[in-house]
Amino acid sequence: MTTLPTKRDEAWRYADLDAVARLWPLPAPEQIHVPDDGAFARVIRQDAGGITQIDLTVGRQATAAIHILNCGPTYGRIELNVTLLHGADFMLGAAQIGGQGQTLEIITNVTHAEPEAKSRQIVRSVLAHQATGTYLGKVAVARGAQHTDSEQSVKAMLLDRTATANAKPELEIYADDVACAHGCAIGELDAMALFYLQSRGLAPADAKALLVQAFIAEVFEGTTEADDLQAQALAKLGDVL
Amino acid sequence: MLHITNLHANVADKPILKGLSLTINAGEIHAIMGPNGAGKSTLGYTLAGRPGYEVTDGHVDFAGQDLLALAPHERAAAGLFLGFQYPVEIPGVSNVQFLRESLNAQRKLRGEAPLSGAEFLRVARAQADAMGMDMDMLKRPVNVGFSGGEKKRNEMVQMGILDPKFAILDETDSGLDIDALRIVGDGINRIMRKADKAVLLITHYQRLLDYVQPDFVHVLADGRIVRSGGPELALELERDGYKDLAA
Repeated sequence: MTTLPTKRDEAWRYADLDAVARLWPLPAPEQIHVPDDGAFARVIRQDAGGITQIDLTVGRQATAAIHILNCGPTYGRIELNVTLLHGADFMLGAAQIGGQGQTLEIITNVTHAEPEAKSRQIVRSVLAHQATGTYLGKVAVARGAQHTDSEQSVKAMLLDRTATANAKPELEIYADDVACAHGCAIGELDAMALFYLQSRGLAPADAKALLVQAFIAEVFEGTTEADDLQAQALAKLGDVL
Repeated sequence: MLHITNLHANVADKPILKGLSLTINAGEIHAIMGPNGAGKSTLGYTLAGRPGYEVTDGHVDFAGQDLLALAPHERAAAGLFLGFQYPVEIPGVSNVQFLRESLNAQRKLRGEAPLSGAEFLRVARAQADAMGMDMDMLKRPVNVGFSGGEKKRNEMVQMGILDPKFAILDETDSGLDIDALRIVGDGINRIMRKADKAVLLITHYQRLLDYVQPDFVHVLADGRIVRSGGPELALELERDGYKDLAA
């Protein structure tokens, strides 16, 4: 894309276009090719703001794992275009934590180009104040990509009624022997759980932090930097709660 | 220890408690019985400070403090414990982590030093053992996948660990089989039957009172205490029901 996107572009509908304009034109997306039988892992900490675009091709029987903590100061957008070849395995675990007027976005396009590939996406957004958190995730299963196994689990937690969550898990399937699951939920902290924790002695902010920590816990499973990411996420939660 | 004077409370703008007065001294165990909808659980929630339970009149003194002026966590630190009728499931939060943070938060508010991980585990293990609960269950997420009886036992383990001055136990006996009822009854006696503690049992049935003998029994109907007596009152209610009680 060479011209500045507008709200009419589906993938940019919820973006902070003023921030995008300041970043435009974007450099070419980073190209990553995981060779056949290879293994790739990346942790993306978006804490300085900006747009990250990655084109990732995962070779035959190769694995790729991406973990994201998207919490940057004003606008943070991470776009992943992933192509899976025969028997490839792709895992995404992402948390977005936003407050004030932040806009945080994760956009994924995962194409199962060949049979037997597996993709798992777990995305959790925690949004306070006037923050906006968006996940647009498309899984495309090509003709003949039989035995595709794909899953999207998308949940957002609104800590204030003034925050916004957009979630659009999408499936486009051109094969007839596949397992594709998607789940999507947007909610608030459970008032009864909060009271239960407080009745045992936890101050309101600590009770909330414990519940939110549990909400995002599974996102960082499987990365060696899990403890570090948890700690950074907790620090950010401390700011927005 | 607890003096409730003319307590009025609304839930969703509907008056539920309508001038309830009750005094509970240290060393006493009180039982509150009464028909469904009388306000028994509302009394427990109001004393513990659940949001949405709005006090419109009256006063509650708890060990020399104005209880109603305190936030729920401050009431806990002051020594109040509510055993929930329906303990809440909290996925992703382990019992051990939650209880250690809770206990240390209480200790901090009271100006006491926090317990270390090892010290806490020693206390937790002793309480779990006493309630016949596997330590592995204490490491699992709070109440998730627990049976009704296991949840109630977990409430008693929590009470044992937090060691409150005053416990309100809301239908802690409901959903328990005979063996579990005995274990829970023994737990209440072991933890709470002390000269410097007190208990308010909310129950529908005499059977818990066979294990935890109350000093006083009260009947709550239409938001007020309409009758008080000794343990014999519970037997009378069991026999005759509430129908003859003029409000």
